Amino acid sequence: MDNATRPQSKRWARRAERAVNRDTYVNEAADLGLVVMDSPFDPEPGIRVENGRIVMIDGREEADFDSIDRYIARYALDPAIAEEVMARPSLDLARMLVDISTPRALVMALMQGCTPAKLCSIVSHLNVVEMMMALQKMRARRTPGNQAHVTNWRENPVLMAADAAEAALRGFDELETTCRIARMAPINALALLVGSQTPHGGVLTQCAVEEALNLRLGLKGLTSYAETLSIYGTDEAMRDGDDTPWSKGFLASAYASRGIKIRFTSGTGAETMMGYESGQSMLYLEARCLVLVKGSGAQGVQNGSISCIALPGALPGGVRAVLAENLIAAALGLEVATGNDAMSSHSDMRKAAKLMLQFLPGTDFITSGYSSMPRRDNMFGGGNFDAYDMDDWLIIQRDMKVDAGMEPVTEDAVIATRRRAGKAMQAVFAGLGLPPISDEEIEAAALADDSDDMPERDLVGDLAAADALLEGPLTALDVVRALDEAGFCDIAANVLAMQRVRTSGDYLQPAAVLTRDFAALSAFTDRNDYCGPGTGFRLEGAQWEKIAAIPQARSAAEMVPLSRGRAGVALKAVPRPARSAPDEVVIAVGPAFATLLDRTLCGLSHGETLAALIAGIRSRGLRERIVKMHATADLGQIGFEGAKLSGSGIAIGLQSKGTTVIQRQGLAPLNNLELFSQAPLLSAQAYRQIGANAASHALRQPPSPVPVTVDNMARLRLIVHAVLMHKREIAAITAGRAPEDMEARFDA
Amino acid sequence: MRDDDDIRRPQARLAPEAITMETFRQGRITPGDITIRRETLVAQAALAEAEGYPQLARNFRRAAELTQVPNDVLIETYDRLRPHRATYYELIALAQEFAARYDAPETGEYIRQAAEAYRAKGLLAVRDGGDD
Repeated sequence: MDNATRPQSKRWARRAERAVNRDTYVNEAADLGLVVMDSPFDPEPGIRVENGRIVMIDGREEADFDSIDRYIARYALDPAIAEEVMARPSLDLARMLVDISTPRALVMALMQGCTPAKLCSIVSHLNVVEMMMALQKMRARRTPGNQAHVTNWRENPVLMAADAAEAALRGFDELETTCRIARMAPINALALLVGSQTPHGGVLTQCAVEEALNLRLGLKGLTSYAETLSIYGTDEAMRDGDDTPWSKGFLASAYASRGIKIRFTSGTGAETMMGYESGQSMLYLEARCLVLVKGSGAQGVQNGSISCIALPGALPGGVRAVLAENLIAAALGLEVATGNDAMSSHSDMRKAAKLMLQFLPGTDFITSGYSSMPRRDNMFGGGNFDAYDMDDWLIIQRDMKVDAGMEPVTEDAVIATRRRAGKAMQAVFAGLGLPPISDEEIEAAALADDSDDMPERDLVGDLAAADALLEGPLTALDVVRALDEAGFCDIAANVLAMQRVRTSGDYLQPAAVLTRDFAALSAFTDRNDYCGPGTGFRLEGAQWEKIAAIPQARSAAEMVPLSRGRAGVALKAVPRPARSAPDEVVIAVGPAFATLLDRTLCGLSHGETLAALIAGIRSRGLRERIVKMHATADLGQIGFEGAKLSGSGIAIGLQSKGTTVIQRQGLAPLNNLELFSQAPLLSAQAYRQIGANAASHALRQPPSPVPVTVDNMARLRLIVHAVLMHKREIAAITAGRAPEDMEARFDA
Repeated sequence: MRDDDDIRRPQARLAPEAITMETFRQGRITPGDITIRRETLVAQAALAEAEGYPQLARNFRRAAELTQVPNDVLIETYDRLRPHRATYYELIALAQEFAARYDAPETGEYIRQAAEAYRAKGLLAVRDGGDD
């Protein structure tokens, strides 16, 4: 059938508009490199050791080794155990990864004997839940962490410092910036440093630029770590990146020699993007990268496909493969920053589902850069999760009782730290002779959403200052002096302490981050000792209280704002009439009506509600008789007792929160004529119609439909209010007290 | 000879605990004092080895050696190790310089391994005269 004649479903058309259908999906094609795992071109796992020397890896003989094989044979794989480990069935090793009674250290030791193909074979036995179990056990640091991106399109240093301060306040362990204009790097690194140390000390910072420049920023003390060391899983791709395993390995040592933490960068899909995958699976090539990282002696890696995420994401099993690469890195003992930085989907649901694979088990850094500002200011092209998603993130942490590296903060605290960071920058710029920062800029940065909210700055002046800063003698010690002299002594002390930690080398060890007291939390000092329930990192005590205390949560006491002290009606007890009248409809109200409570869930005052019911009853020529129930808060019982008293046999039962029933004498309490259980949806018009319907029942005439709006979110929005209002109704109960007739006096 | 091209480049004189705002205000902290010392990295290497991280330990031992190497030489050496930047003999000479001049034998050996690998895999610079 051609498209013109093909029948089209309106529902399919609506679904086609959904965000998830804006993503791209492609079928596997191994010959084009479009395969995430288990390509037919992947080699079989294998190793041969002769005289303590590895002479074959994954089917390739030493004479044919490419430079990556050569590197990993020499520096990564342990020839003493390799043949024995490789002889073990992959399934057995896969089970050890997941098994809670096999300790992390044992698994990690075995992984040092595994070739890239073997590592792929092992993880291919695991489903995603097993991989998450394994990741929880194998991640290096016990306490999970997170990293933020801090950039802005205008390269405004005041805004950058303010955003850095906010990100630090929110609990990120590492902050990463970069530049739109490379020359700006020294100023951006400086702004990030000052901002990051403003609310408290210990946050690590980096400025991702070209390697030589990166190293120079570190040498000046303006940055404390680097993760720009990109590597690839084929020789050709490495060469395209203008590097070799040896050059990157040397760089790793060079950074360490200056006390600067580094991690490498790799990830599935990069080789395919560059056209150098030779049909091999993305995961196999990533496994080669990871063994290479291990061999270089780098303490860690950021992977999880990083900027290529949409490519594995387009393929079947792609998101699983990305989790698998995180897991292989962790299993090798590497610190791993697990991606989730670049845009992975148009669909919030799909993004969140993918995120959970790292968020729930916890990783050393859940994201390789959470966009702490709106994504239009993200100069990494990232922003998979950005400033606007922070409340979602925080609330999911609270829902799941999980620490995914972000803490709730108040708006007041955020504005205060942003302003202080701006003022500190003003002092540093003045102290170092950089272009002046105005009070207007500081105030704009304190309150800004994004860089459009900032006044124009002289970019040319800032660039010239950046050049001078890089070429001149100034270092972080001059920053300390400027801060100290201007009275920012705490920030000065934090910046100085960031210099001091370099001299100890503790934060060069695997997965190290710094506490607010500058102690290194690493694989050695904060050992991941997970071995099943009751062990490892547990979100408890003060940290759990902190994560649970989102500013949106209110105390129950302040939550029934529907009581405003003005019911709009006062009820006064009157003597019971000697005889009930046949033309009366009883309105039986709950015990808190117009006393402890004064408004229904939809916000109608009790006066308005009662008046509408009365108007409805009277519109059919009958009259109301108001009765207050004291002994029950149960709607069925209120209606049932009301109907017993009613001369017409009809009663309207009305709970104080607005839930309503029409009841006839003789029916069981839970059997009724009409029930209006969704109080939030009942307007004054609806109550009027309920009154009229009750009268119609009394007159034995057919009732009319009550206008009720359909709002599927009403329950979601008001369920806590409903509970609290019902609790108040219950509190008003006086056991055994008989119903009382009431006279209503409406306020003007 | 550049000012900083001096293997007697001062290492940190102050112990880490002495790096405080008080000593800073007394003007006792110089940039040299906030560099990591060779022996500190050697000790971190020993810790890594004991924790089952032999590759990391090797990196730290090379890093310990590189504390003796001036900043510019570090950056230049990285560049020499990139593809097609140096001939085999230039790399071998560099390896010898590291071992002899900077007391950096492990780094020297690492550079020598790079030279062998680059020769085998075609990653050397091609210069006039065919020196590979």
